Amino acid sequence: MTNANLPRRSWIQRWHVKGFGWTALMVLLLIGSSKMTDVNVGMFFSNLDQFADLIVRMSNPTWDYLSVIIQPLIETIQMAILGTTIGTIFAIPFALMAAGNLVHNKFLRGFDRLVLDLVRTLPDLLLAAIFVAIFGIGSTAGVITLAIFSFGMISKLFYEVIETIDMGPLEAMESVGASKITIIWYAVLPQIMNQFVSYFLYTLEINVRASTVLGYLGAGGIGVYLQRSLNEFNYGATAVIILATIVVVLIIDGISNHLRRVLL
Amino acid sequence: MDEHLATFLRGAYEMEQAPIISFKHVSKVYSNGTVGLKDIDFSIPKGQFLVVVGLSGSGKSTLMRTINRMHEVTEGEVYVENEAVSAYKGRSLRTLRRRIGMIFQNFNLINRSSVEKNVLSGRVSYYPTWKSVMGLFSAEDKQKVVTSLNRVNMAEKIYARADELSGGQQQRVAIARTLMQDPKIILADEPIASLDPLTTKTVMDILKRLNQEDGLTVIVNLHSVELAREYADRIVGLRAGELVYDEPISAVTEADLNKIYQAI
Ligand SMILES: Nc1ncnc2c1ncn2[C@@H]1O[C@H](COP(=O)(O)OP(=O)(O)O)[C@@H](O)[C@H]1O
Ligand SMILES: [Mg+2]
Repeated sequence: MTNANLPRRSWIQRWHVKGFGWTALMVLLLIGSSKMTDVNVGMFFSNLDQFADLIVRMSNPTWDYLSVIIQPLIETIQMAILGTTIGTIFAIPFALMAAGNLVHNKFLRGFDRLVLDLVRTLPDLLLAAIFVAIFGIGSTAGVITLAIFSFGMISKLFYEVIETIDMGPLEAMESVGASKITIIWYAVLPQIMNQFVSYFLYTLEINVRASTVLGYLGAGGIGVYLQRSLNEFNYGATAVIILATIVVVLIIDGISNHLRRVLL
Repeated sequence: MDEHLATFLRGAYEMEQAPIISFKHVSKVYSNGTVGLKDIDFSIPKGQFLVVVGLSGSGKSTLMRTINRMHEVTEGEVYVENEAVSAYKGRSLRTLRRRIGMIFQNFNLINRSSVEKNVLSGRVSYYPTWKSVMGLFSAEDKQKVVTSLNRVNMAEKIYARADELSGGQQQRVAIARTLMQDPKIILADEPIASLDPLTTKTVMDILKRLNQEDGLTVIVNLHSVELAREYADRIVGLRAGELVYDEPISAVTEADLNKIYQAI
């Protein structure tokens, strides 16, 4: 067998210049940025004993505390579900408008995407802090934060799915004389529904985890109790909260993973 | 013979011969400068089985889509039942499209939906959007689904999912969907290009039957010269967007058709 008829690779391809170049650049960036920000990796290891100390003090969970945190745990899940749902409802029209294959008006689409990009740049912790300031400590601030976060994330995931659909059924529905909304209902939604539900569940997973942290800022749910126990040095209670939260997150992830596997 | 009767008969005869579609000096230039159609000028009488032949890229699909305004023309005018199609807007455009059924090479069914829902979707232009979306179809129209499926011999697949069907079966369902529109005209854009010879005959026979039994005007874009000769009442040929051939089937010769397919 001969490879004589193959073109010769250029020296850039032969010596994998691009691959090595990018790796070297990444290593340089890592070293550079840790120098500039004074991150001291050594300190992480020298303070390990404090970490161990905390673990020891938490190793006596006060299990009675469990009955106190059932209610806030449920509230955390409710916040996540409510926030994700509200965010999704608002995301759907924005996602439809951002999809290049449905909206041919470049200006409208560009404006819509600009709004979505801006929403996504808002850090959720900052949002939580602002809404706690506005609505006071409680789950309202948490739900609104999660709704805005979900809106930004889901609208982008959704419009990227919409842009991959088969346009044939849309053409057929247009040819039977269907209105725009009817076309979307009949020809677009069935093609994207499974992926929509899957992304909804994925966002819900993230939100259950995020809402435990948001509570720490006073935005309701289990995080409020976590913060309180830490302030009171009640590490036994902290341990129970962390363990219970992990269990809940694992269960939610498990359910959602299972549903997503069934759907796709 | 009674003079009135003679006038009446002449009127009836003329009505029969009145064109259902006419192209008046139609040209189409795509926004990127490609010439799709060039000064197309001919008429199609009611009840004709017209086959349009021509090389790939000669403008067959473009020609077809100017009839139901899926494409806009840049010059000239297309008339359907003596009305200029450019005059239709919004709702009235949808009622124009309702009178014109369209069949596609790739069937363009909604894969994840049932055959029943696919066929019903051909009826949506008879309902306000909210009723279509809620699926509030009348009992008669649900019965009409069965009737339409029976006409293409697909009634036993009514509850199957569209993507479980073979290509030929999908195309028959697509025809049933079109029948739900109660169309006067059927446009079929290379309806058999993805089918094997046996199913090809089934689909072409159905189109011929709709033409002969229901008096529908049928326009089919075809690649195959043999099929064109077998089914057409009249053959027109396109080359580079121009009408280069137009003969009734009795006058068509093999040599003529070969010429259409010759490169320029
Ligand atoms: N959306 C479009 N934009 C630009 N050019 C197009 C478009 N659709 C078709 N064309 C061009 O118009 C010509 C006619 O195409 P078409 O009507 O699809 O031919 P056919 O159906 O006979 O294969 C071709 O040169 C094709 O490339
Ligand atoms: Mg074509």
